[in-house]
Amino acid sequence: MSALLFLSKSSAIRAALLIQRWYRQYVARLEIRRRCTWNIFQSIEYAGQQDQIKVSSRNYCKSVKTVTLITHRNLISHIFRENEICRDVEWERYFCYKSIDVPDSYTGPHLTFPMTFCGVSKLVEAFKHKQQLHARYVLQILGETWRLLRILPNISHLSSCHTKEITICGDLHGQLEDLLLIFYKNGLPSTEKPYVFNGDFVDRGKNSLEILLILFGFLLVYPNDVHLNRGNHEDHIVNLRYGFTKEVLGKYRVHGKKILKLLQKIFSWLPLATVIDHKVLIAHGGISDTTDLNVIARVDRHKHMNWSVDDELKKRRRLAGFDQSYGERKKPDSDSDPDSLIPSVQMVDLLWSDPMPQNGCIPNEVRGGGCYWGPDVTEEVLGRHNLQLLIRSHECKQDGYEFCHNRRVLTIFSASNYYEVGSNRGAYIRMGADLVPHFVQYQASRTCRDVGWTERSALQALRRQLFVHKSDLISAFREFDPNNTGIISPSHWASATESVLKLGLPWRVLRPQLVSSTKNGMVDYQEWMKELSITEPKLEVTHFLLETMYKNHSNLETIFRIIDTDHSGLISYEEFRQTWKLLSSHLKTEISDDVIANLAQSIDFNKDGSIDINEFMEAFRLVDLSGVTPL
Amino acid sequence: MANVRGVELVPCHTVAGQQKGDRTNMAENSKSAEATVLNTKVLKKLKGAFQAFDTKSDNTVDIKEIGTIFYSLGFFPTQADLQKFTSEVEDERSGYIHWDRFLPAMTKVLLEDKFPPISDELLLQAFEVLDKEKRGYLEPEELTNYMTKEGEPFTQEEMDEMLTAFTDEEKKHIYYKDVIPHLTLERKM
Repeated sequence: MSALLFLSKSSAIRAALLIQRWYRQYVARLEIRRRCTWNIFQSIEYAGQQDQIKVSSRNYCKSVKTVTLITHRNLISHIFRENEICRDVEWERYFCYKSIDVPDSYTGPHLTFPMTFCGVSKLVEAFKHKQQLHARYVLQILGETWRLLRILPNISHLSSCHTKEITICGDLHGQLEDLLLIFYKNGLPSTEKPYVFNGDFVDRGKNSLEILLILFGFLLVYPNDVHLNRGNHEDHIVNLRYGFTKEVLGKYRVHGKKILKLLQKIFSWLPLATVIDHKVLIAHGGISDTTDLNVIARVDRHKHMNWSVDDELKKRRRLAGFDQSYGERKKPDSDSDPDSLIPSVQMVDLLWSDPMPQNGCIPNEVRGGGCYWGPDVTEEVLGRHNLQLLIRSHECKQDGYEFCHNRRVLTIFSASNYYEVGSNRGAYIRMGADLVPHFVQYQASRTCRDVGWTERSALQALRRQLFVHKSDLISAFREFDPNNTGIISPSHWASATESVLKLGLPWRVLRPQLVSSTKNGMVDYQEWMKELSITEPKLEVTHFLLETMYKNHSNLETIFRIIDTDHSGLISYEEFRQTWKLLSSHLKTEISDDVIANLAQSIDFNKDGSIDINEFMEAFRLVDLSGVTPL
Repeated sequence: MANVRGVELVPCHTVAGQQKGDRTNMAENSKSAEATVLNTKVLKKLKGAFQAFDTKSDNTVDIKEIGTIFYSLGFFPTQADLQKFTSEVEDERSGYIHWDRFLPAMTKVLLEDKFPPISDELLLQAFEVLDKEKRGYLEPEELTNYMTKEGEPFTQEEMDEMLTAFTDEEKKHIYYKDVIPHLTLERKM
């Protein structure tokens, strides 16, 4: 009897062991899939970002050239209006909300000034219920915020205290659900509950403006306890590309332009960093080997550009007849700097840099601005300033936060599901007088472990990338297929694909999920290319043009919006033609006037001969007709 | 030479690392005889799995990741197996394993087929052993009891995760026959 019991016990143990082993393997594989998906998103994002910065800065110069070509004076004044010699008083008149009436039919929240805690809470509730704030109140809040920001220093100094902890949040990127989740878990800002928001409040998500209004509201009510640091996305050029401009113009058709202008001023006046107890530095991007807080504290922060523009720009502006003299016309009662709008290296480094594992400090080519800094730079800079910790944001982290450089640098990121539902958690920091960070993580979605869904999105995004590089891919495949059989080996397929896309992804492993046309273990690339197709576009264009448009989808949109000077969402045929000329010279390809004319013709023109930007961009939708669907 | 099993692999490249770091060619470094025993395909897979966790780009990985590396290569070691492997290859208690010691040790594992996979049938049998009354399911408390007290016990977190993932919502039982295809489907990825 006892022998039987003994036997059954030991087989139970063996069974348990086996199940445990299996389960741990299962979990490990899930984790690896998640990491793989993560890398796909990150690599596509960085590849896109790199391209964007290059195009943006080049287009900034080229727009000037185009301007002289077509003598479009509106364009000039639009782009360089920040150097207008308007006095602030004149600006205040321009931004005045008083002439705007709120109709009786308005069902959104009404605000009274000065702002109170009740007022802001009401605003939060209203946004929670998807109401929209009337333009009058928007301009009022923004006006008050602008006035307040102008008296704040570049670097805010806070003291921690035993009775209250400081809450520090990272990137929010227009994701209102995350901000509401933070407030729900942590409480609203107040004197007892100080907050630091570390930049990148806007772009990508669809509630950037609501987030700003809430943050500004709390700032107005508790100016000593709410601190906003500027991020690299608090910049009107970046906003053109990443969606904030579009959001504002979409929500406020009449007053959107004015709101954007005022926001431009506000962004330039946002403080740059926060220091707690002279020990913890909080800034959006990071540092470089030349970072000097004393210098940063003294710059005229509103007079400097947020992103890196090389000397080319200055040269081209001079060539185009726009020397910096318009900035030299001084305001009668101020000492304006003739070098307005030049980049400040210290500022750019603070807002754009990323940490790296190796020692040293090298230019950040992925972002196109700022640097990559190593652990030795961290030690040196923190040591020089007698600091013990650097808290920064700027990079998405799977768990919402991550330490590096011997736990001397902490990244905090508060936008959960940033790439896709299930991609990452968000987090915020609670810090008491001991200056030890405590983390709270969250994820604004139902399922947390839904790797399959996130994975499918990543693969979909990847397939889109493959499609737009079709021509280059075929050329690359042909190099491995001299006899033109249409078949290549999987490893050749992988090398060719990487050489074209340069995303650094494990193509051999991804192949089964991207390519179904295999014969005897070989890839039939011609068949595969047919699989990656799109729906019939409404426009009659050559494939080359189609591909060009897809490849440069975001660039096109950015250029359109730069040219659309009055933010009407419409551009004339002539401007449309100039856009294509600009793009074709950027791409070093020829797009003839005839082709452009045909393209324009086939677009559903509004009767007055202008093109609606949104309609044009929406005319293309990439639908995956291949039969390859992943698990 | 033993039949080297074709290993399934889902490696990840650290994109940032590729752009910033200066990766030394690992194959060149390992001049040991074992390197030539493995064919290039398998070597590349090992390299890929290793590199995925080499976050500092210095040819070392944290020992805590060894388990994940093994699983990604399709092996099923027990915790005891992992500990033994780690103690043999760790760099003087630094907490890291260098490629130069990893490669020969892994080669041995491959050649000796040390941690073969567990078939679905074995897994089913294991569940049936625990399900003494042959009901076709297990109660959460029963499974918890076994998983957290026997073999190489689960942590509370692992147990909670497993229960969340596999417990039938309505009946509150774990129907292991349904769970098994789920687990093995993962393996075929």
